[in-house]
Amino acid sequence: MTAVAPRGLSTDELAARVARDIPHGAYVNLGIGLPTRISNHLSPDSQIVLHTENGMLGMGPEAHGDEVDPDLINAGKVPVTELPGASYFHHADSFAMMRGGHLDVCVLGAYQVSARGDLANWHTGRPDDIPAVGGAMDLAIGAKQTYVMMNLLSRDGTPKLVPECTYPLTGVGCVSRVYTDLAVFLIEDEGVAVRELFDCGFDELMHLLEVPLLDRTRQGDR
Amino acid sequence: MVSILHEPTAAVAGIPDGATVMIGGFGTAGQPVELIDALIASGATDLTVVNNNAGNGDVGLAALIRTGRVRKIVCSFPRQRDSWHFDQKYRAGEIELELVPQGNLAERIRAAGAGIGAFYTPTGYGTSLADGKETRVIDGRSYVLEYPLRADYALVKAYRADELGNLVYRKTARNFGPIMAAAATTTIVQVEEVVPVGELDPEIIVTPSIYVDRIVRVSAPVPVTEPVGAGR
Repeated sequence: MTAVAPRGLSTDELAARVARDIPHGAYVNLGIGLPTRISNHLSPDSQIVLHTENGMLGMGPEAHGDEVDPDLINAGKVPVTELPGASYFHHADSFAMMRGGHLDVCVLGAYQVSARGDLANWHTGRPDDIPAVGGAMDLAIGAKQTYVMMNLLSRDGTPKLVPECTYPLTGVGCVSRVYTDLAVFLIEDEGVAVRELFDCGFDELMHLLEVPLLDRTRQGDR
Repeated sequence: MVSILHEPTAAVAGIPDGATVMIGGFGTAGQPVELIDALIASGATDLTVVNNNAGNGDVGLAALIRTGRVRKIVCSFPRQRDSWHFDQKYRAGEIELELVPQGNLAERIRAAGAGIGAFYTPTGYGTSLADGKETRVIDGRSYVLEYPLRADYALVKAYRADELGNLVYRKTARNFGPIMAAAATTTIVQVEEVVPVGELDPEIIVTPSIYVDRIVRVSAPVPVTEPVGAGR
């Protein structure tokens, strides 16, 4: 395998890019893994309220030292802090606010996203893999907008934005945007539109992917 | 009428082999470890357990699984970095797993306590976890029919109770407690403190006493293992 020089956005740059698109005052759930890093790039002035599905709105940063309280953890079971204005609620309420369309945005990691916005992120499907779904299926279909944050290519170079998911599905037609290290994609009724490119040309992107792409990089608004 | 007991062993008395037992907690937050220890000591086996996870580390639910008392577990996220006892039993074919998306798990429990016969949920539609289930399109959206999840017993950890059985919880340790308390025939709760009736502000009571059958005070619960990031 030929070594390829790193290009495109770093994980932190990508997290910052997603953070820029989260509206002021939004109620947001950041999935476990890469999306958690987005919180580092949300300005306190943004008044964004973070939801954690184990039962809290107004989640603060990770807890350290004396702040650690075993009764106060996030969905990844990491000790966190509470911000002024935080609230606690039981699991059925927590998922009702998700499923009921009250969350503005959730950002999830993915194994694969299909051209029509199907998401696969919970199970590799390998027979020796113990399946675990957690809140992934509820999150995928619950929020008003579901964004995916992922590297465009897997470690072996296979594209993760695909015509049809081959991994077991988490949700059908639920993803509206895909933020990757090489490009930002919008999943639209007409197809997959490229909104922004990072160190990668549109033609090159078309060669990388088997998904037909619409070029929206020159349209003004971000 | 609630019974206030002094020992966890007395609180779990009478749970028979083959019972369905809901156990509160999300990971270790809100896990009623002393009640689970007492359940292990009681010898009850062939249990169906409902929890979000399948045990963390070596104590509590993990120990119940390690001792071979759990025939089947209904949960959303069994596989974690520290779920080695479940992993071993599962790979050996010694425990049955019913995997349920977390929000469907919560709503099925809630539905049982609320007397709902079944409900249509969008979660899981088009996925392998909805295979074989009834579906329906309502107002252009696709839904899956899910049934309530009841239990014979619920083991719950709350923060404070009054002598009538009203409960308040602490922070994210609340998680499944209130809905499990309502979904079980007999609800057994460990709390850090029992206060006289009238001392809890009625406006802040989370679980009303009607759902609670037995209370036991465990004033200094053993610290469970340090929480570790281990997935949902």
